Amino acid sequence: MSIELGHFALILAFAIATVSTVGGYLYWRGGSRISLVLSQGAVLQFVLVAAAFAALIQAFVSSDFSLLLAVNNSHSLKPLIFKISGVWGNHEGSLVLWIFILVAFGAMVATFGRRLPDDLLALVLATQSMLTAAFTGFTLFTSNPFTRTFPAPMEGNDLNPVLQDIGLAIHPPLLYAGYVGFSICFSFAVAALISGRIDQAWARWVRPWTILSWTFLTLGIAMGSYWAYYELGWGGWWFWDPVENASFMPWLAGTALLHSALVMEKRNALKIWTIFLSIITFSLSLLGTFLVRSGILTSVHTFAADPTRGMVILIILAILIGGAFALFAMRAAALRQGGLFAPVSREGALILNNLFLATAVGAVLVGTLYPLLLDALTGTTISVGAPFFNLTFGALMSPVLLVLPFGPLLAWKRADVVGAAQRLIGAAALAIFLTILVSALGGVSISLAPIGLLLGFWVSFGAFAELVDRSKLGRIPLGESMRRLLGLPRVAWSTAIAHFGVGITVLGIVTVTAWETELVTTLNPGETAELSGYTLAFDDFRQVDGPNYRAEEGHFTVTSPGGGQRQIVADRRNYVVSGMPTTEAAIETYGFSQLYVQLGEPLNDTHVVRIWHKPYITLIWLGALLMALAGVLSLTDRRMRVGAPRRAQKTAVSPAQ
Amino acid sequence: MTMPAVRRKGWSRKQKRLATIAGLALVVALAAALVLTALRDQIVFFYAPSDIIAREVAPGTPIRLGGLVKDGSWQRDGQNNSFVVTDGAQDIAARYVGILPDLFREGQGVVAEGRLEPDGSFTATNVLAKHDENYVPKEVVDALKASGEWRPEAAQ
Repeated sequence: MSIELGHFALILAFAIATVSTVGGYLYWRGGSRISLVLSQGAVLQFVLVAAAFAALIQAFVSSDFSLLLAVNNSHSLKPLIFKISGVWGNHEGSLVLWIFILVAFGAMVATFGRRLPDDLLALVLATQSMLTAAFTGFTLFTSNPFTRTFPAPMEGNDLNPVLQDIGLAIHPPLLYAGYVGFSICFSFAVAALISGRIDQAWARWVRPWTILSWTFLTLGIAMGSYWAYYELGWGGWWFWDPVENASFMPWLAGTALLHSALVMEKRNALKIWTIFLSIITFSLSLLGTFLVRSGILTSVHTFAADPTRGMVILIILAILIGGAFALFAMRAAALRQGGLFAPVSREGALILNNLFLATAVGAVLVGTLYPLLLDALTGTTISVGAPFFNLTFGALMSPVLLVLPFGPLLAWKRADVVGAAQRLIGAAALAIFLTILVSALGGVSISLAPIGLLLGFWVSFGAFAELVDRSKLGRIPLGESMRRLLGLPRVAWSTAIAHFGVGITVLGIVTVTAWETELVTTLNPGETAELSGYTLAFDDFRQVDGPNYRAEEGHFTVTSPGGGQRQIVADRRNYVVSGMPTTEAAIETYGFSQLYVQLGEPLNDTHVVRIWHKPYITLIWLGALLMALAGVLSLTDRRMRVGAPRRAQKTAVSPAQ
Repeated sequence: MTMPAVRRKGWSRKQKRLATIAGLALVVALAAALVLTALRDQIVFFYAPSDIIAREVAPGTPIRLGGLVKDGSWQRDGQNNSFVVTDGAQDIAARYVGILPDLFREGQGVVAEGRLEPDGSFTATNVLAKHDENYVPKEVVDALKASGEWRPEAAQ
């Protein structure tokens, strides 16, 4: 019964979204009455989709195998958390999650956007409703999750074992919140183009949404990377897989948007570019959805390869993106540019940042789509792998990292580059010293490692130059400096922390790439192996039964260079229902480094064991966490508070600031 | 007298726009050159065993080899694996040191990255994992269709 109610709720949400779209676009000039009606419509869409989503969750939790989706993706013996996450571990359910987050963002705009001008709010909500209508329509007509099956089987077919992991409960919701959050920027851009209302206030409304979405996307990508690292058992953290690129491109574009919206808010410049980026960022999110959901790529993310679905998504994409760009082409010329500035200025630095980030998006896009196009046009199958991306992306990002610490030290309008350089001497000296030290201690295994280290240290230390400068650290008594430091606006802190996070991630990437060691060997219980000062003793091999799988466990004792001993377990699981094996590597963290142990299939009682030592690998994800923390911190700054533009203006002019 | 005054005032709006566009064009041109060079040098072609024989692929070139793991060909000695990749028409002997993916099975599709040796055998540096038991890499399906060896039921 609740299944039918959920189905009906989704149909109703589709109807309301359609009416909101048409009504909103026709009567957006209708003042507070229309914006109020659309706000209520947005909240109603949220409530209805939430009900539909809840109905699916309830069916999975109670193992209702009259629901086809539950039969295909669930099993009554599965732990509760995987029953819930299994709802979106498939094509249909993941679309419902996507729509749920979309309408949640719509309802948030309706709730927090009361202070927005009525015409802008109406247009934003109309655009948001259009997206909801398009994707609920797609779900209902091509990928209905509420299909029943009769007679209901006694048991389900279980979820793909690779997905039976806590990662599935965290990674997709975070990633989708990032992807879909950029729909707000898209809607704001469309609304601005239609209404012609594009000013600093617009940028101030859009920026919190950008930061929020960017924060989610950062966490989602980092989580996905860590999940792939520990679950897929290849020991790699990034593969330049098309699906990863699909999530990375909106992130790069979103990072550019974050910075260009800043220029627009403070200086009323870069308007056309900011609008363009808002559209591009969400278009790339949609492209990601298309690449992943259409089945043209085969990967762990591809649930169903149904060509008609791919075609429909492609058409929806063409209409949404094409429409937005047509609107942009018609209206962008009418925008008045403001805010003059010299090439050497904070604006100039941010333009440089945008230029390189946008070019990097282009390079990743070419590398991702070229094999698909070549295959479609000529039938030649090629793969554009890590070497292509490492070369192009590395070359494009190095200049960005080099100038990054200068950015926050440059003044708006016209800046003194020598002055900024003087304030960075300390950071540069520290970076050079540490690079020499680490290279000497670690031995230079690949020639680019010192350059990478230098950039990483430079960005990490340079990130704090602004804080040091503004608190007059070292020039006035320490207590006074501390007081000043704590009194600095949170956005200054978040800038420093985010840039520090970038440096930390770079350091992690460089160290693990240059100094990773690996050993593949046969090992039997009672024997030991040694790698990078760690001793691995194979204690025991056992067969164990889990809730819905059988496992072969290898128990090891690791002796670290410091002498400490730890017990670890690496296992291979065979999932009973699907008959699929998975490998669960043992990962032990020492400081920032990790030891990664993978157990092979036994043959005539001999075991192959693969051991990696990954120095400072956790810095990669730690850096991403710092970036996300910076995003959260900047959202708590009162000048950024969503929907409080007037008060924000007051703080901006108050002398205390 | 006028020259220093102009310089102090900075660039005119038009000059600035020109400089920005020139800088933009330069970066984009450099990036395009980079991308095109990388595309020429860094892409890896996918070959089925028949392609390798027909096109006389040079030893040492990085390639992706795809096909089915021939029944009865997989031999293991500790971490050393050897198996034969076939597309029905031609066979290539392949070697791999390490732990093969969980779903590596005889009679199933496989994609291996690596290089050809002068003796015509293949040394894999990476064997790509499949994500579920029903999945045959698309390239392998196409190659098998080309050699007439594609049997959809074999994928199950």
